[in-house]
Amino acid sequence: MAFTGTEATFSASEARDEAARLVLRLREAVHAMRRKGVVLGISGGIDSSVVAALCARAFGAGNVLGLTMHEAESSDDTRRLARLVIDHLGIATIDEPLSPLLAAAGCYERRDAAIRKVVPGYGPGWRCKLVLPSVIDTEQLRISSVIARSPEGEEIRARLPAEAYLQVVAATSFKQRTRKMLEYYHADRLNYAVAGTPNRLEYELGFFVKNGDGAADIKPIAHLYKTQVYQLAELLEIPAEIRARPPTTDTYSLPQSQEEFYFALPYAWMDACLWACDHAVPAAEVAAGLGLTPDQVERVYRDITAKRMVARYLNAPPILLQGANSP
Amino acid sequence: MSSTPTTTTQLREFVTANFYVPAAVVLDDIPSFLDHGILDSTGVLELVTFIEGKFGISVPDHELVPSNFDSLAALSAYVERKRV
Repeated sequence: MAFTGTEATFSASEARDEAARLVLRLREAVHAMRRKGVVLGISGGIDSSVVAALCARAFGAGNVLGLTMHEAESSDDTRRLARLVIDHLGIATIDEPLSPLLAAAGCYERRDAAIRKVVPGYGPGWRCKLVLPSVIDTEQLRISSVIARSPEGEEIRARLPAEAYLQVVAATSFKQRTRKMLEYYHADRLNYAVAGTPNRLEYELGFFVKNGDGAADIKPIAHLYKTQVYQLAELLEIPAEIRARPPTTDTYSLPQSQEEFYFALPYAWMDACLWACDHAVPAAEVAAGLGLTPDQVERVYRDITAKRMVARYLNAPPILLQGANSP
Repeated sequence: MSSTPTTTTQLREFVTANFYVPAAVVLDDIPSFLDHGILDSTGVLELVTFIEGKFGISVPDHELVPSNFDSLAALSAYVERKRV
C-alpha cells in the first residue's frame, strides 16, 4: 500500500480503545509500585495535559497533583494555559515558583556567561534562544546558533564554540532538573508516583534532559506519535485553546518552536517520517506522500539516525562495571 | 589533491583522539563520519573550533556541509582550500 503520511494516526475507535487501555495500565502500574496517585508537572502544553487527563481518569482527580513550576523566562501563555487545564480537570495543584531555586543554582548566570563568549554585551534585559538550521531548506550540518536580542531589540545570531554551547545547554538544564526535584519531593511526601510526559518523538529522538524531564516512574504516552497525542487530547476534551497551540520549548527567554530547537519538521511530518523510517519506506515514496523531495527526506532520515544515537545515551540506565543482584 | 600530509596528519590525530575512534578503524577509509557515528553535532562544533584555532581559518555557516566535513579527505581538502 502506498505511503500516505497518515500512518501514525489512530482511527476514532482506535483512539477510544487506546485511552481506555492506558487508563487501566496506568492504574495497574502505579498500584504495583504501591503508590496511591500521581504527581506531574503541568506546562500548559498538549503532552502534560493528556497525561494529566489520563491520570485523573485512572486515579480520580483528587489523587493527581499537578505542579506549576514557572520561572522568570516562562511565557505568559504557559502560565495561563497550565491554569486552564488544571481547572478543567479539577486536579489538585501547587504552584512552585522556580526562579529563586534557579538563581541560587546559577542557572541564568552560568548560561549568560557562556553566551558572553560570543555576544560580549549579553546581560540583564537581553533574551536568547538556540536555533538549528532547517533540514528541509539546507544540507547544512545541524549545529546550533544562539540568537540574542538586546533590550533595544537588536538581534545578534552567532555560532557558539563547543565549550560555550555545552555550558549553555548544561546551565539551562537546571530548569528541567529542578522541576523534577520538586516533583519527587511531592511524590515522596504523598506516596505518589511521578509521571513523565514525553511523546514518542521526544522519547525516541532524545528531546529531553537526562535526569530532568527524562526522569519519571512511568511514561504513559512515550509510545504515541505526537499526532496521536492530539487525537487523545480531543477525545479527553482537553480545552481547544491548548489543542490549537503550536508546541514550544518554553525553555529559553525568546519564543522558540520545537522545530527550530530540535526537530527537523513540524510534528505531523516528523511523525510520518519517523514511522516511515522505522518501516523502511523508501525516501522517494515518503517524499511523494508528503510533498517533499527525496533529498529532503534522506536528510530527515539521517537526522533521525543521529538523534537516535544521542537518545541511546540519554535513555541508558547507569552502567554497572560488575554484576550485582537485582533488588 | 593539494592537501599536505601535515594537514591530514593533524586532522587525523585530532579526530582519532577526540572522537574515540577504535584502534582497528582506519579513519582514512571511512566514507562518512556522520553515518559511522564518529561525528555528532557536538563533535562538529569541536572540530570547527579546532580547525579555526589550529589553521587560522574562519568557517562560515554555509560551509558547514557534509561535503566539507564528512570524511578525512573532504576535511583535509577543505582546510587546504581555506588556507590558500
